[in-house]
Amino acid sequence: MMESLFYIAALVALVATVAALTRSNAAHALIYLIVSLLAVAVLFFLMGAPFAAALEILIYAGAIMVLFVFVIMMLNLGETGDIRERQWLRPRNWIVPGVMAALLLLELLLALRHAPTLTSGVAVAPKDVGLALFGPYVLAVEIASMLLLAGLVGAYHLGRRFIVRREGRSN
Amino acid sequence: MSELGTISFGLFIILAAVGGAAVLTWFERRLLGIWQDRYGPNRLGPFGILQVAADMLKLLTKDDWVPPFADRMVFIFAPTAIVVAMLLGFAVVPFGPDLYVLDINIGLLFFLGMTSLAVYSVLLAGLASNNKYALLGGLRSAAQMVSYEVFMGLSLMGVVMLTGSFSMRAIVEAQRDMWYCIPQILGLFTFMIAGIAESHRLPFDLPEAEHELTAGFHTEYSGMKFAMFMLGEYLGLILICCMITTLFFGGWLGPWLPPVVWFCLKVFALICFFVLLRAAIPRPRYDQLMSLGWKFMLPLTLLNLLLTGAIALALRG
Repeated sequence: MMESLFYIAALVALVATVAALTRSNAAHALIYLIVSLLAVAVLFFLMGAPFAAALEILIYAGAIMVLFVFVIMMLNLGETGDIRERQWLRPRNWIVPGVMAALLLLELLLALRHAPTLTSGVAVAPKDVGLALFGPYVLAVEIASMLLLAGLVGAYHLGRRFIVRREGRSN
Repeated sequence: MSELGTISFGLFIILAAVGGAAVLTWFERRLLGIWQDRYGPNRLGPFGILQVAADMLKLLTKDDWVPPFADRMVFIFAPTAIVVAMLLGFAVVPFGPDLYVLDINIGLLFFLGMTSLAVYSVLLAGLASNNKYALLGGLRSAAQMVSYEVFMGLSLMGVVMLTGSFSMRAIVEAQRDMWYCIPQILGLFTFMIAGIAESHRLPFDLPEAEHELTAGFHTEYSGMKFAMFMLGEYLGLILICCMITTLFFGGWLGPWLPPVVWFCLKVFALICFFVLLRAAIPRPRYDQLMSLGWKFMLPLTLLNLLLTGAIALALRG
């Protein structure tokens, strides 16, 4: 039962991801990407990581993808964007990346033959995740927070320059 | 509960939530009428309650039009997203000690995830309508919801800290001695405001502010698709009230009466309070809304988190 659920969700994730890559309409591609992220969340849940599944929905599908859609709306390319995208996605442009991806897939399949079983079978509670993050991996958390701080300062700087220029013009 | 019992209870909750949302459309107008010194819809049936049926018939018989310039598939998909996400959110609400659909150790996160997915409905409707008003409404709602989602999650972390679990039932059980509305008064305040903004109701309904954006993101929607948006909004209101009851007002806990009755009474009182807010408070300007979120509410939430953490640590150590 669990195994068949896993494979159905995995199939959805694969199909949605391929569709997200090949759609010429940016909004449609993003919807497929959201579906793919939701399917990955189901995979996490089935593999005994409910906390990771919840964060996948909350952060990736719920916040980051919203910002992506926001950018698409701001640009509002419409038909011209579709046409340009279709030119970029012509079949002959797919050959080189397709071959490379096929090679990687082959390697993955070969490696999976010697891989251990699907899951460890132990569900990880949210508390365990927290204890691990602020225990042995506290350095990684700190580094990530510094990276985010740098991003925040950069965004503030870029936004501020824009505001000053706009105010200057109105004066 | 057995598996069959859980499934039938889940179906019952779906029906009850949709029915409740339908009755709420009439109830809200009636209550608003009373507070504004007029009658509201009072003609059809006892107290005008058949107005709900009349409205539904009207919406069903309206022409359900998809504009030729719209992105057809996304346009049709958008209104379903909010209803599905909100109905899924009800799965983790504990209505009584044994009355729940799901009790998972990420219950609270599940609710937050579902509310964040409901944003897509508004966004995609604005994008697919291919209309300037709808686009502006969608853009506004994206910015508003992302901003308010930040501290919506954070405002609940105080509750999680005090309980030590994300499970909704554990949170209610932990309130036997004292409801969390007292130690987490700041959390309650911020969560309530974030909840109104998330379900984009007045006074935070800027995505659909009719005086400047006609109807915002659902300008192009008519008939049952429009009804789906309204249904989603009212479901969101009921869900937020259920959440506030569970997280801050002790859920089903209370003396004398059976637990479910207590739960329903608390939710009902909160819904009345939300309608009162709508009747009493004017709509802020858009920049006021954003600066309120980022410059006031977010620091307040962080302060609450800091204080709760310090006190919890001091009491434990």
